[in-house]
Amino acid sequence: MDAAQEFVIEVSGLVTHYGDRKILDGIDLQVRRGEIMVIMGGSGSGKSTLLRHLLGHQCPTSGAIRLLGTDIAGASRKTLYAIRRRLGVAFQGGALFSSLSVGDNIALPLREHTRLDEDTIRIMTRLKLEMVNLAGTEDLMPAQLSGGMLKRAGLARALINDPELLFFDEPSAGLDPVVSAELDELILRLRDVMHMTILVVTHELDSAFKIADRITVLDQGRILITGTVDEVRHSDNPRVQDLLHRRPAANHADPDAYFRRLVAGHLVPGR
Amino acid sequence: MFAAVARLGNNVFYYVEQTGMMMLFLLQAFGRILTPPYRLAPIVRQIHFIGARSTLVIAVAGTFTGMVVALQFYDTLVRFGSVALLGSAVALGIIRELGPVLTALVVIGRAGSAICAEIGIMRTDQQIEALDCMAIDPFRFVIEPKLVAGLVAVPILTCFFDVVGIFGGYLVGVVLFGVSEASYFQGMIDTVGWHDVLMGLTKSVIFGLLIVWIAAARGFLLHRDRAAGFGAEAVGRSTTNAVVLSIICVLVADYLVSALML
Repeated sequence: MDAAQEFVIEVSGLVTHYGDRKILDGIDLQVRRGEIMVIMGGSGSGKSTLLRHLLGHQCPTSGAIRLLGTDIAGASRKTLYAIRRRLGVAFQGGALFSSLSVGDNIALPLREHTRLDEDTIRIMTRLKLEMVNLAGTEDLMPAQLSGGMLKRAGLARALINDPELLFFDEPSAGLDPVVSAELDELILRLRDVMHMTILVVTHELDSAFKIADRITVLDQGRILITGTVDEVRHSDNPRVQDLLHRRPAANHADPDAYFRRLVAGHLVPGR
Repeated sequence: MFAAVARLGNNVFYYVEQTGMMMLFLLQAFGRILTPPYRLAPIVRQIHFIGARSTLVIAVAGTFTGMVVALQFYDTLVRFGSVALLGSAVALGIIRELGPVLTALVVIGRAGSAICAEIGIMRTDQQIEALDCMAIDPFRFVIEPKLVAGLVAVPILTCFFDVVGIFGGYLVGVVLFGVSEASYFQGMIDTVGWHDVLMGLTKSVIFGLLIVWIAAARGFLLHRDRAAGFGAEAVGRSTTNAVVLSIICVLVADYLVSALML
């Protein structure tokens, strides 16, 4: 049991296709309890797809995904929901329900899954709103919040049931530097104070280096490197260095493949 | 040539897949309706949305439909000297055909489009995924109340349409053309049977199901719709498709039920 608890997320040999296109190719990933793992990669690297698999929204072609010791690849809805009650997910745009007030949005998981009385729920909601610096907004509607506030409210909702494992999709995308830095501080505090395991998907280098215990760099569906911040910084993999120094990718490394991509579809007879 | 066959095959696969997903969607939704927990408040809210807010439109549509039906029938019947049949003609036409169909069309325009757009936006905005991630079943939370509300509200609206329509026929037949009030209503009582009412009700229940099912499923399955595209445009296009598909399905179902029950 302890060995299983050691790793909160265990992915092995994950392969997934979108139509005929291979999106993820042999992903192996372990996340330890209480660490912040940052998944990095450019757009199209497969990081969003990986997140969708970790959340159980998509079934892999092959491979295993274990969350909190339970295999979720192909699990029944009941098992999946039992696991998901122990997770928090903060979406890129907040994904708040536009018909509910901010407070009702955040209280929703409590109202659905617990039998707490209204006063307790209200206090817990305010507590989480204070945590994300949104005190006093519980009676506003989502339409009245800015993009950054929506994202933080989404985080508050993800935290409402004190999850063991938090997924955070693009915490700093579209935020001003100050708010972004605040969120980074909050993520670190969640790990230190609440011993939460946190998986962050981002393409922001500064934020990644600031919060990560370990970083996994994805590129074209494969893992380039998994390691501590220093290991990634000093990696001699040219693709990692490209990413770190914002160098444009040398896309034509394989001239044949490049040519095939260009002529694929209409030009090849028989399609 | 080969490409044309391939495209045809692709299209067939696509539509079979879409139909299959719609069916699965309906099965899953019914699975939730038939099992506890049952929650009344969200259902009442949806009935209010579909029903109460459509009554004014239904009242206007019903009155004028009854009026025009009476006008047309009067014009024909007066030539055969059988004006006494006006009441039963109006009542049968409205109860069996026009009531259910026109109510369905109004509900498609008012509520069907809104349901599809609302759920479609929830899909593009990741709200459906968010529900799922919070271990809240989107079928139970979003779909079930709307489907039950459709099954309840559309028959009630249809009954309302029928009553208002018959009153509209009364306005034209009795008030305008001077058909005797007694013969207008006696004709109705003599010819309209339980079977006719049952046919109208059956239709309205089926239409209610069709409308909410198609609207909700097209919104819910937005991300699987290749014609829809992406983002805001996808929601718009899906909604249009859902409305067109609902109208066609309602008219086809109307014929089928009529053929089976006549």
